[in-house]
Amino acid sequence: MSLGDSSTPLGKVRGLGSAREGGEHWITERVTSIALLLLGTWLIASLLLLPKLDERTLVEWLHAPTGFIPMALLVIVGFRHALDGVKVTVDDYVHEPGTNFVVNTLLLFLATAGAAVALFALARIAFGVAA
Amino acid sequence: MVVSILHRATGIALSFAGLAVLTWWLFALSSGTDAYAAFAKDAQSPIGLIVLIGLTWSFFQHLLSGIRHLVMDTGAGFELGINKTFAILTIVGSILLTAALWVYLLGVVK
Repeated sequence: MSLGDSSTPLGKVRGLGSAREGGEHWITERVTSIALLLLGTWLIASLLLLPKLDERTLVEWLHAPTGFIPMALLVIVGFRHALDGVKVTVDDYVHEPGTNFVVNTLLLFLATAGAAVALFALARIAFGVAA
Repeated sequence: MVVSILHRATGIALSFAGLAVLTWWLFALSSGTDAYAAFAKDAQSPIGLIVLIGLTWSFFQHLLSGIRHLVMDTGAGFELGINKTFAILTIVGSILLTAALWVYLLGVVK
């Protein structure tokens, strides 16, 4: 405890939770999980309902707004939820503040880059010439 | 306790392998017929199928144990009997859903 024994009880507690911040991260993780419950069910249902699973059928599916929009949401919310979830694990095991910051920052870059690649691919399908 | 560990393990598998495969799939689909044929060949190889089936099971397990966690976040379901039944149901459910989906998928693709 860097603040020492002279600090007030509130002063000792603030910023010292396992996540070292308020409840927003915890809430966000649960809100995105509910969104993914819907989007994940949509993905499985879509794969079941598509007449075939060949390239042409899949491209036509994602070229249409009814395929593109939920898939874009799945990518965005999926990468966000993954980043939030992995951060909880990192915070559980990587305690040294400097290393923790480096690992979490690298994961943020990785998730952002991954989402960008997936969204680029989706945009190329949606705005390209239909198969 | 096993289900709690599975929730974290499947979450990490989905975060890295799951999102990588999703991104690879979308990128291959956007890159034309040759690129998608290469992806489909890898996906339908024995290793590819093991990875995809493993990720499908991870998805259903994480989804069901995630629902369990949301219920427990409300303060419900902590009684020993109910808690244990719910935990076992997530495993039974994830295995049944994975089996059902792949029986269907392998039937459609072949």
